[in-house]
Amino acid sequence: MDFIIGFTVLLIFQIIGEILVIVFQLPVSGPVAGMILLFIGLLIRGRVDTHISAAVTPILSHLSLLFVPAGVGIMLHYQLLVNEWLAIIVTLILTTILMLFSTGFIMNVCSTRLKRDK
Amino acid sequence: MPEQDKLSAIFAYLQTSPITGLALTLGIYCLAMSLFAKSRYHPLLNPVVVSVITIITVLVITGTSYEQYFAGGGIIHFLLGPATVALAIPLYQQLPRIKQLWLPIVITLFSSVVISGLSAVGLSVYLGASFSTQMSLAPKSVTAPVAMGISEILGGIPSLTAALTVATGLIGALIGTKVFSLLNLKDDAVKGIALGLTSHGIGSARAFQLSHEMGAFAGLAMALATFTTAFLLPWLLSAVGIL
Repeated sequence: MDFIIGFTVLLIFQIIGEILVIVFQLPVSGPVAGMILLFIGLLIRGRVDTHISAAVTPILSHLSLLFVPAGVGIMLHYQLLVNEWLAIIVTLILTTILMLFSTGFIMNVCSTRLKRDK
Repeated sequence: MPEQDKLSAIFAYLQTSPITGLALTLGIYCLAMSLFAKSRYHPLLNPVVVSVITIITVLVITGTSYEQYFAGGGIIHFLLGPATVALAIPLYQQLPRIKQLWLPIVITLFSSVVISGLSAVGLSVYLGASFSTQMSLAPKSVTAPVAMGISEILGGIPSLTAALTVATGLIGALIGTKVFSLLNLKDDAVKGIALGLTSHGIGSARAFQLSHEMGAFAGLAMALATFTTAFLLPWLLSAVGIL
């Protein structure tokens, strides 16, 4: 029962998020707005209720499963991939490496400097 | 009913019912997970990569279209919404560390949005990709549903962006730990931020496999990057004269 209550809470926050996105024409998706709302809700409540963690733990531990159907969608772009595969693959790999390096480096420098100043 | 008709009735049922896409996705993912565990979590056997390749192979062999598959696959895809909402919980649990690190996080966040957008567009222009491919690549470091919306605003192809976003997530998940050991990173918070900013939800999923703290920071980074990119990227690309 805890799972069902917790899952319903997640769905309700998502619905409120979707509505806010439409009403205020926000540039983010409904779920992201819902996540921010739930975060604010938790700040107000001051703790995580057991039914929420009963729903959240199984979902987050299988997060990668949820990306499989979107990944299969690559088959729709077979022709474009045949034409531009080199530019796409090189861009994907190099920019992802660049991103990991730069974000890891910047975050590391800033956080160690912060620790030293304290 | 003759045997032949029974067979074609079964095949017609399997091709149109959502149960096939659903069972196929779950079944292959289970096999991919056990293969991943048997290989002692070898990064090249990432369960999403293995599942996607296997499912596409099955669909091509059986002549099933993506739309037919998505009747069932969409049920799993739908859960991405509540899962994104659920990321608020680890975020809340890590609140004390987030408070402590807010300034480095904000600095890294803004640099990452600029680096991500400009490097993707710049490099793909240099390599001769078409305009719609460039714009489909631009938002690839944010979570798929939002990236699709940004791509549409920029003049990209939303469903191509979805696939490129998943690919970016996977590449980050595959090589993240290698890059972090090259940089000699120790702090799970720093690694989580880098994974979330680069590889959104898939990076977060990978981070959760490594530690709860890393996962929480990756989820935070993903949420922040989503907001900031959605606001900043169209403006940034027109400021540098690409749009």
